[in-house]
Amino acid sequence: MTELSLHILDLVQNAVEAGASRVEILIEENRLADIFLIQVRDNGKGMSEDQIAKVMDPFFTTRKTRHVGLGLPLLLDACRRCQGDLRIHSRPGEGTTIQAFLQHSHIDRAPLGDMPSVLVTLLYAENPVDWLYLHKVDGREFELDTAEIRKELAEVPITHPKLRKWILDYLRIGEKDLALMDIPLQAAAIERANGLAKETGGRQ
Amino acid sequence: MTKLKSIEELKKIREEARKDLLSRVQTGTRIIIGMGTCGIAAGARDSMQAVLRELEAKKIDAHVETVGCVGMCAKEPLIDIEQAGKSRVRYGNITSEKVPRLIEEHLVRGLVVQEWAVSRMEAQKT
Repeated sequence: MTELSLHILDLVQNAVEAGASRVEILIEENRLADIFLIQVRDNGKGMSEDQIAKVMDPFFTTRKTRHVGLGLPLLLDACRRCQGDLRIHSRPGEGTTIQAFLQHSHIDRAPLGDMPSVLVTLLYAENPVDWLYLHKVDGREFELDTAEIRKELAEVPITHPKLRKWILDYLRIGEKDLALMDIPLQAAAIERANGLAKETGGRQ
Repeated sequence: MTKLKSIEELKKIREEARKDLLSRVQTGTRIIIGMGTCGIAAGARDSMQAVLRELEAKKIDAHVETVGCVGMCAKEPLIDIEQAGKSRVRYGNITSEKVPRLIEEHLVRGLVVQEWAVSRMEAQKT
């Protein structure tokens, strides 16, 4: 997977397969602590302890269409490549929470990528789910909940082209604003680095 | 939880969409896109976005949905097109750049793109 957003799409597709009607997606970037957290929580059928133990095995899957289940092993690999880890909390009948921790500054950490396209894709799931998306960057946040949108729509489908475009634009602007707010922080970091370079005479 | 910032804007879009719904003709067309791990890794998200863009550009009304893996991972991204009374055709390796031709030939001209088709399922009798 070339983007972390594709892993998120895969995790939510798993939730859909598990019969979830609501999925909460949290992305928390904390550069001070150097942590990039992805958390996906669903209200699907959940997993037993035995299933959790097996789910990281690429040759385990509950599907009948093929004999491999690569989604979680691929994400675990992406986490471990970046000094991180993957945690799964689940109980039968109580849903599942997946937490992926990655080192934010790690050179091998894939970019988050195109989350707006992922979130719009999720509107078209075979068994529709509502998603809550919350993206936090160093304490600032952007949030959208499709349950709130559906409440306003009444009989108009959320996948209507006009609404899809509105949601996509809303997400793109929200994500862009989060990124733009980063600029003063980046400038401050460059200033600090320049100051440090002067103090040390450019030597480490 | 924060309230939607542009709720008034959403209401306006909803009214436009509602008027549009009344003028739309149900074509009985379904487009099904594989969105399992294999499909996602092969570029199905971008193929799906391309499908949505083409449908909008050509003003085609179709029901689009994503499904999990169907076991033909080597042929991902897979896109099935089903039209009322016709066979359902499964197309393989449909990356986003192939989508405009697929939509144009299959949905506008009514021709199966033989070189990309991987299987055909007979229409279900009702």
